[in-house]
Amino acid sequence: MMWVRRHIYAAARLGALVAPLLAANAASAGDEKAGARVFKRCAVCHDVGPKAQHKLGPHLNGIMGRKAGHTDGFVFSKAMKKAGDDGLVWTDKTISEFVKNPRKFVKGTRMTAGALRSADDRANLVAFLRQYSDKPSDIPEAPRTVPPTSPDLDPKIFAVKGDPEYGEYLSSECVSCHLPGKDDKGIPSIAGWGEKDFVAVMHAFKIKKRESPVMQMIAGRLSDEEIASLAAYFAKATK
Amino acid sequence: MTVTRRGFIATAGAVSATLYAPAVLGAARPKAVVIGGGAGGATAARYIAKGAKGAIDVTLIEPTRTYYTCFFSNLYIGGYRSFESLGHSYGKLASDYGVNVVHDWAIGIDRDKKMISLAGGEKVPYDRLIVSPGVDFVDGSVPGWSVSAQNKMPHAYKAGSQTQLLKAQVEAMPENGVYVMVAPPNPYRCPPGPYERISMVAHVLKKTKPKAKILIFDPKPKFSKMALFQEGWENHYKGMIEWVGGDFGKVSEVRPDTMEVVVDGEATKASVCNVVPAMKAGKIAEMGGLTNAKGWCEIVPATLQSRVDENIHVVGDATQNGDMPKSGFAANSQAKVAAMAVRSALTGSKMFPAKFSNTCWSLIDDNDGVKVGASYKPTEEKIAKIDGFISKTGEDAALRKKTYEESLAWYDGITSDMFG
Ligand SMILES: Cc1cc2nc3c(=O)[nH]c(=O)nc-3n(C[C@H](O)[C@H](O)[C@H](O)COP(=O)(O)OP(=O)(O)OC[C@H]3O[C@@H](n4cnc5c(N)ncnc54)[C@H](O)[C@@H]3O)c2cc1C
Ligand code: HEC
Ligand code: HEC
Repeated sequence: MMWVRRHIYAAARLGALVAPLLAANAASAGDEKAGARVFKRCAVCHDVGPKAQHKLGPHLNGIMGRKAGHTDGFVFSKAMKKAGDDGLVWTDKTISEFVKNPRKFVKGTRMTAGALRSADDRANLVAFLRQYSDKPSDIPEAPRTVPPTSPDLDPKIFAVKGDPEYGEYLSSECVSCHLPGKDDKGIPSIAGWGEKDFVAVMHAFKIKKRESPVMQMIAGRLSDEEIASLAAYFAKATK
Repeated sequence: MTVTRRGFIATAGAVSATLYAPAVLGAARPKAVVIGGGAGGATAARYIAKGAKGAIDVTLIEPTRTYYTCFFSNLYIGGYRSFESLGHSYGKLASDYGVNVVHDWAIGIDRDKKMISLAGGEKVPYDRLIVSPGVDFVDGSVPGWSVSAQNKMPHAYKAGSQTQLLKAQVEAMPENGVYVMVAPPNPYRCPPGPYERISMVAHVLKKTKPKAKILIFDPKPKFSKMALFQEGWENHYKGMIEWVGGDFGKVSEVRPDTMEVVVDGEATKASVCNVVPAMKAGKIAEMGGLTNAKGWCEIVPATLQSRVDENIHVVGDATQNGDMPKSGFAANSQAKVAAMAVRSALTGSKMFPAKFSNTCWSLIDDNDGVKVGASYKPTEEKIAKIDGFISKTGEDAALRKKTYEESLAWYDGITSDMFG
């Protein structure tokens, strides 16, 4: 999964934050949105998108066009592996067939749940999954931000002026966890972001739109000025 | 007295030459001195020097040349970390930040003259002093145990050779051996520490001596993250660990020579006996007259100034601060506030409102990490908790793994925040 990390962080810092997801959504909204709802039934076992990890089943990023049973880092059943080796590749069609009746389509698969009878559900689901496949390197690493235009955020928030000196002091709290320039495993690096993006992300934590108990607590007690000051400081901090 | 401590003779006189290095900006620079180069002290020294950019003469007094972190020392016992990975030196504080690092014990603080005496005979003057000596053990808190028994019944609650000894003892346990922990009463450093230790010992025993047993005699009726640990022990180490809380049995004595622990008149034989005694502020705080009747240092929350001397700030485990636990994270957080206050007092730099926070991660088994944390603010009388969070029982494995990975990143973060 190396592809996600580096790329994305670079992109994020350039301000390309509004996920391609949203753009894709605009093109054919209904199906994918409906598909997202269908996917809830899969989500107990499968993760997809930002920071997706293997759970009971493999994550499904980049699934389209991949050989069955060959997602890195997941231990598949012999049956699924063999199906892939025998030529099964995941496409709109094969995924749809698989989820219609998994054990019939791949005899001996460990995936026993997930039979979807409705053809509509399957079509929507496939449309939803496709978003995480077409350009895997565009998958945002995390739902990193409420876009600056988000209705949840008062635009005035972005106008608040920060004091970088105050930001430097406040940043001392952050750097016991966030190492400058470190790899993103565990805790991401936060130096060198655009101020706007930084403010948006911090407010997303603050209003609990983005998950993370630690960051919700930290951001929850920062005032708008303090967030602006941190943004001003970290924008200049060296990576 | 400190002079009788192990290792003292070796370090005495090894006063770093930099103590007398010519001051770059002339002799008039105000002097900040820090006693103790641990989570609190190293952070304070670095932040004063970093912020003052040469305007303050910063000296750090610390007897050891390599600081072994207590945090993650349990993971070393569990086989997840090497011993070397716990060790950190003071080289960068000296070379990159211009801190005078003096390897010696402080043995006295003359508060009228604002002068510290070192075991090596030197005197170090200060304008502002930060004291962060960690903890010492309360004599007699576990009858039969004293520091002279620590090789038979290790505490491993200050990291270093004690940690290595305990690990070796666990590895040498017989098949049916019994590991006994005598847990400490509140307050003590790292509330989840003893229970993370138990988890790590169980992790080793499960693989190497599945018939061994672990017994914890605890003076407390409950402990930090109790539900999380007990769930984890049930999941990973079923039947191996027995916790005897304060309401069910009290340790009246330990017998290091026969390796016995006496509980309610009944002696239990231990193959390994890990005694974690009651704690108090590091001795130098007491010698400087900074402690209260309970053995801890009271502080002014907004600046960490001692309640008894405004020229002295106390940070870390040695403080009685209100709601913050004694942890490396907390010591690091307090040190930054104290450093800002010292700089402001000595150079007139800006004072910002103090903010504190803490998070303590613990590992229960492979990729099964849990955490508890909170944020704090100063009030008149104490450092008061604002808000907090804690891992939940029944969380899925992916979240626990993520929590563990967070802790790895935090370790790198805090150690580079302490030592540069
Ligand atoms: C097993 C264990 C696990 C832990 N795990 C965690 C964890 O996961 N997370 C966490 O945040 N915390 C953890 N802690 C707690 C953490 O280690 C302490 O809270 C932290 O080290 C306190 O910092 P301090 O500066 O107060 O003291 P210390 O870090 O102990 O530093 C004190 C320093 O002062 C020096 N000193 C003492 N007396 C003198 C003197 N007279 N003159 C000069 N120098 C002196 C000592 O040599 C020492 O280096 C753990 C502790 C233990 C024991
Ligand atoms: C109860 C858990 C569970 C649920 C629910 C579930 N799956 Fe699976 N899934 C698995 C497991 C386990 C595997 C691996 C199967 C194997 O190795 O035989 C798998 C494999 C797959 C694969 C093949 C992946 C690859 O790389 O070859 C796809 C595609 C898939 N699941 C899609 C779905 C969809 C879509 C849903 C929802 C409709 C769903 N699954 C629901 C557990 C589940
Ligand atoms: C206790 C450790 C800790 C502290 C202290 C901390 N953070 Fe975080 N931070 C995290 C973790 C863990 C994440 C990843 C959250 C997630 O799972 O998405 C994170 C994520 C972030 C992100 C999003 C990064 C991304 O790539 O999307 C930002 C921005 C951020 N933190 C800013 C801060 C600021 C500013 C401070 C100080 C005021 C701070 N953090 C203090 C642990 C911490």
